[in-house]
Amino acid sequence: MTVKFCWFNLMPWPDLPDDFKTEHRSVWVDIDSSLFDPERANGVYHEYMDQLEFADELGFDGIGVNEHHQNGYGIMPSPNIIAAGLARRTSQAAICVIGNSIALYNPAHRVAEEFAMLDCISGGRLVAGFPVGTPMDTNFTYGQIPALTREKYLEAHDLIMEAWTNPDVFAFDGKYNQLRYVNCWPKPIQKPHPPIYIPGGGSIETWDFCLERDYNYSYLSFNGYLAGQTLMDGYWNRVAEMDKSETPGRAGFAQIICTAATDEEAEELYSEHMLYFFNRCLHVFPGFADPPGYRTVKTIQAGKLDQFRKENQALFKRLTWKDLVEGGYVIAGSPDTVRERMEDMIKRLRVGTVFCLLHMGNMPDWKTRYSSQLFAEKVMPGLRGIWGDEFSDAEDWWCRPMAERVRPEATIAEARRYPEMPNGPAA
Amino acid sequence: MSATDTAPAPAFEEILVTTRRSVTAPVRIYEPTSAQGADRSTAATVLALHGAGGWMPAEPVLDGLVEAGFRIVAPVWPAWSEHTDESRLSEMLDFALHGWDVATEMGLVGGGLHLVGHSMGGMIAAEMAALAPQSVGRMALMCPAGMWLADHPIPDIFAMLPYQLAEVLFADPNVGEEVLTGGADFSDNATLTRFMVARARQQGMAGKILFPIPNRRFSERAYRVTVPTLLVWGRQDRLIPPAYSDAWQAALPDASVRLVDGAGHMLPYEQPAAVVDAITAHLHR
Repeated sequence: MTVKFCWFNLMPWPDLPDDFKTEHRSVWVDIDSSLFDPERANGVYHEYMDQLEFADELGFDGIGVNEHHQNGYGIMPSPNIIAAGLARRTSQAAICVIGNSIALYNPAHRVAEEFAMLDCISGGRLVAGFPVGTPMDTNFTYGQIPALTREKYLEAHDLIMEAWTNPDVFAFDGKYNQLRYVNCWPKPIQKPHPPIYIPGGGSIETWDFCLERDYNYSYLSFNGYLAGQTLMDGYWNRVAEMDKSETPGRAGFAQIICTAATDEEAEELYSEHMLYFFNRCLHVFPGFADPPGYRTVKTIQAGKLDQFRKENQALFKRLTWKDLVEGGYVIAGSPDTVRERMEDMIKRLRVGTVFCLLHMGNMPDWKTRYSSQLFAEKVMPGLRGIWGDEFSDAEDWWCRPMAERVRPEATIAEARRYPEMPNGPAA
Repeated sequence: MSATDTAPAPAFEEILVTTRRSVTAPVRIYEPTSAQGADRSTAATVLALHGAGGWMPAEPVLDGLVEAGFRIVAPVWPAWSEHTDESRLSEMLDFALHGWDVATEMGLVGGGLHLVGHSMGGMIAAEMAALAPQSVGRMALMCPAGMWLADHPIPDIFAMLPYQLAEVLFADPNVGEEVLTGGADFSDNATLTRFMVARARQQGMAGKILFPIPNRRFSERAYRVTVPTLLVWGRQDRLIPPAYSDAWQAALPDASVRLVDGAGHMLPYEQPAAVVDAITAHLHR
């Protein structure tokens, strides 16, 4: 198998003020609406979508979007809208929607339908993510009851999977979704279903959920790979305990990456934007982080309490560029430096998919493209083969597109000429 | 559970009750002592329901009602003990029926059982009364949850940090701090884990009827609550402000209001004497 690289854009709002951290309570849930400028957003959305399309041209294996609500670092409450745009303008990269917070949809069958549409439009390029969802999104913004969120999530999962795989019309009598006629129309191209990615933040129940069903588990954290190792070690221990294959395709990781000509240039170009991200975008009121009932007793007892310690609440405020780089929050530097650290990361965490956060915070377009292009041309090729031939491509948890699929970015001009109309092609 | 020689004797006996839904949880029974002049066999029984904080180490209102001659049955709600059957209760109807299920096991149905509840417990008591008004004698609700007034939004306790709670729960936050933390040392990992687990279970359970808006449409059923009901409210309640007492009084067919000075949302712990006087007078009427 080859390592898969997915170019990911969180779509942060780029204009959070300098005093955001001191003058505002939270970047999420109750963020001040006056900070959002819809006319500015016109350009921002297109810039971000252009970057995702550029990543396709650069040869990234996937382009990725996700779902957040009322969030200053993610102006993408509907990733499916962005994904639809990408499916129409690209034809190579996987469309990674990581994902839809399936407990939020009523009925959850909506996700089965929209993902099936995306898979059809993209010619089988969908990678389907099913996050439980953060408390900020799921509970405080979308009003789901914390203690029932996981149960609702599991039911939504069962409904969607049956909607995709059961060829018959069926009735679904759930606690949260009652549907007399489930008949998912359209159905996805990929059979039995698109690859399923479960983005996790550290709930240990999620490991068993993934392993029992052979889904990819992707640890999405902004704390970097050094901090992520403890958790990923726990995951791989669980893989061994459950006697599952140890193919790296089972695991993914999100990593912030900054590539430049030299290590010094990386600091010069990207430092301010990383600090913007860590100091402003991650300024979440801690009361929104853990509504009682959201985390299970098992997870709490496993000791994942660090984020609730007072001394850690101010952690990001103190971080400097040096801290970010040395602590592994950010992999930054020349192509050689980045390649070396990426290799370390991929091997340490044993991952088959890397979600590459190459746009962060308020990075301007040109820097994003510069970093992405250097990474694609000088870093990525040397990393793809890290896992050698030990594992087959069938174990890569990746999409299986149609060979003869529509390539809309190439055919759109032709399609507009209406060649088959009686009067011949339009002028 | 019996009293030890070293600790002050609790005023109650605690037994384990398993309902027909197969939910097991403790129930505390406070018997009026004969020295206080009440005859156990004829004493009126009060079913007392605690708020989202659970029963506190000291329950002066329950003690006061026992002294006034009432027998008190005080269930520990599922999730507020080490018994873990709370997943069997998901929604408001389950909560209200669980109250009746406990009352049934205790042989309390059919005899004019009085209901007393604080905050979340008041919300459950009111729903119990709406389900089976003929089984209720009188009812006293201390600043019950269960309604939402757009002009008086209730602060979101589920998004509060522990240090922010005292300010909204108590008329005097300094007193509140002491009551809420009980002197626990949260720098100790085991203590913090225990606290977080209890919080996840208990407040998670409370969230099933209180999150994200503590309104499960009781007002549409309030017309059924024909039992005489006393609403006791702290004048300084900053969680569910006294404006809500008007809404409850308007919704209930037979309700009166008693506002208590020097009390916030935790009024049974802040002004227990005034609360006991008001409830006793109401139940004895």
